[in-house]
Amino acid sequence: MSTQNSLPISHWQRLWLYLLGGLVMLFLIAPSVIIVIMSFSGSTLLQFPPEQWSLRWYESYFGSVEWRDATIVSVKVAVMTAIAATPLGTAAAYAINAGTLRLTGAINALLTASLIIPVILIGIGTFFLYARIGLNNTLTGLVIAHTVQALPLVVLTVLSGLRSYDMNQEMVARSLGAGRFAAFFQVTMPQLRFSIVSGALFAFITSFDEVVVSLFISGGETTTLTRRMFNALRDQIDPTIAAISTCLIVLSIALLSAAQLFGRER
Amino acid sequence: MSVGSASFDHAGKPDGVLNADALRADARRQALGLLALVSPGLFLVFAVIIVPIGWLFWLSLFDETGQLSFANYARFFEQASYIKTFVTTFKVAFVVTGASVLFGYPLAYMLSQLPRRAASICLIFVILPFWTSVLVRTYAWLVILQRKGLINNWLIDLGVIGQPLPLANNFTGVVIGMTHIMLPFLVLPLYASMKTIDVDCLRAGMNLGASPAATFRQIFFPLSLPGLASGVVIVFVLCLGFFVTPALMGGGKVIMWAMRMEQATSLYSNWGAGAALGVVLLAVTLALLGLFQRLLGARATGVWSRR
Repeated sequence: MSTQNSLPISHWQRLWLYLLGGLVMLFLIAPSVIIVIMSFSGSTLLQFPPEQWSLRWYESYFGSVEWRDATIVSVKVAVMTAIAATPLGTAAAYAINAGTLRLTGAINALLTASLIIPVILIGIGTFFLYARIGLNNTLTGLVIAHTVQALPLVVLTVLSGLRSYDMNQEMVARSLGAGRFAAFFQVTMPQLRFSIVSGALFAFITSFDEVVVSLFISGGETTTLTRRMFNALRDQIDPTIAAISTCLIVLSIALLSAAQLFGRER
Repeated sequence: MSVGSASFDHAGKPDGVLNADALRADARRQALGLLALVSPGLFLVFAVIIVPIGWLFWLSLFDETGQLSFANYARFFEQASYIKTFVTTFKVAFVVTGASVLFGYPLAYMLSQLPRRAASICLIFVILPFWTSVLVRTYAWLVILQRKGLINNWLIDLGVIGQPLPLANNFTGVVIGMTHIMLPFLVLPLYASMKTIDVDCLRAGMNLGASPAATFRQIFFPLSLPGLASGVVIVFVLCLGFFVTPALMGGGKVIMWAMRMEQATSLYSNWGAGAALGVVLLAVTLALLGLFQRLLGARATGVWSRR
């Protein structure tokens, strides 16, 4: 019997619930596991488990100039997006948390709008705007578009950190003579660093995994990895994509664990 | 919270009017400073999201000859292909939302009942897919479900079926792939709200003689409804505008709203038509979210903030 919630129901009576929950968890995780295993297959046929093993799909990924270029573009854009979105989002979260601004609710809604507005509409709109100002197929354009997408995640992450932080500490620092900026950077920020770093990681992964907007505004030399994958998937199923997918899955795991580890340090 | 700064600096001065003025000036400075902090972000959102959407809305009001008209909107009621797209979109959204509830509720319930450690381990199964690229997961389902995919290969090898089952490149494939992507959006808010249900309420029910089933039905389930509603709304809304999975797994047969927008703009360069579709989609999305917020007084974006 569970000691924590101490309901008089035994685990045995709950077996069906655990079974059902376990099946749903399997449904959620199985596709990723299958892809990781398939990426080491030696054949072009889709066999599971694979009969021979090889690294040929990884060789085909790293050996291809097109895939490598697309990966470099995606990494560059994601790094720059994280660098741009993190300070912007942190500053905005700080101001929203203060709550003294009129229209704080409206500001919050506007900043998080890109989570709710259908991405396809943002993609078409951004393409339309960029066509006028010549930002289509440029790194700058991608970084700006991705920053807008990543901003709400940084704002929400930092905001939830600020909610559990006592702002009076900053007041004390300021009453002891620290300037506004000194108080923030020396007192508040060190205590928020977990939220800020998580926000930055989320910004990175949001940009790296972004598909729909990139589909419209990237191309030519600035084709992102996801755009190239999407087009490749439209044509045929190339097992090289399994190798790329595995790399993306590993990246997600690494970033999530980094965010988690950073949290424990606190 | 930081309103306090003004009164802090000037506390202890009993001077009336002078002090009030100073306070007001300080508050104004403070507000300006805060506004300066949000404005870069706001500017970006405004320039990249609000302005283009407004522009598209404006475009949607003109027909191909540049005349002000509702031709772009009238088309939705007149052309059978548009009506079919809307019907398909809502059908997919309803089925996927239903499937998400069916699979997500038991999982969230289990997570909420498990001891802390076990729950946080099981939660990884929800959060990891949540942060894995949609493209990767759609590709995985293509590998699993297609004609010569894993499931068909297995079933044929086992002799269960002679002909491969049509699992991908049709409605079924879209629903399976999308349910996988939407599940975390339902489970995370639902789990968070289930965690706040007071165990004492359940214990009281059982002490008074209710069976476990009755306790669940009469106490737990009603208390979990707000969390369920917020998950359902966000999943439904995301389904309406979803692009990647139907585009890759629909096999050209399942045309959803977002795909129609992409076709109109990229394929036919008909900005008016694409824009009009976008405007209606946005209106429906905002209406549903607004209705939800009105009824339950909660914001549906919560799923992204709690982790």
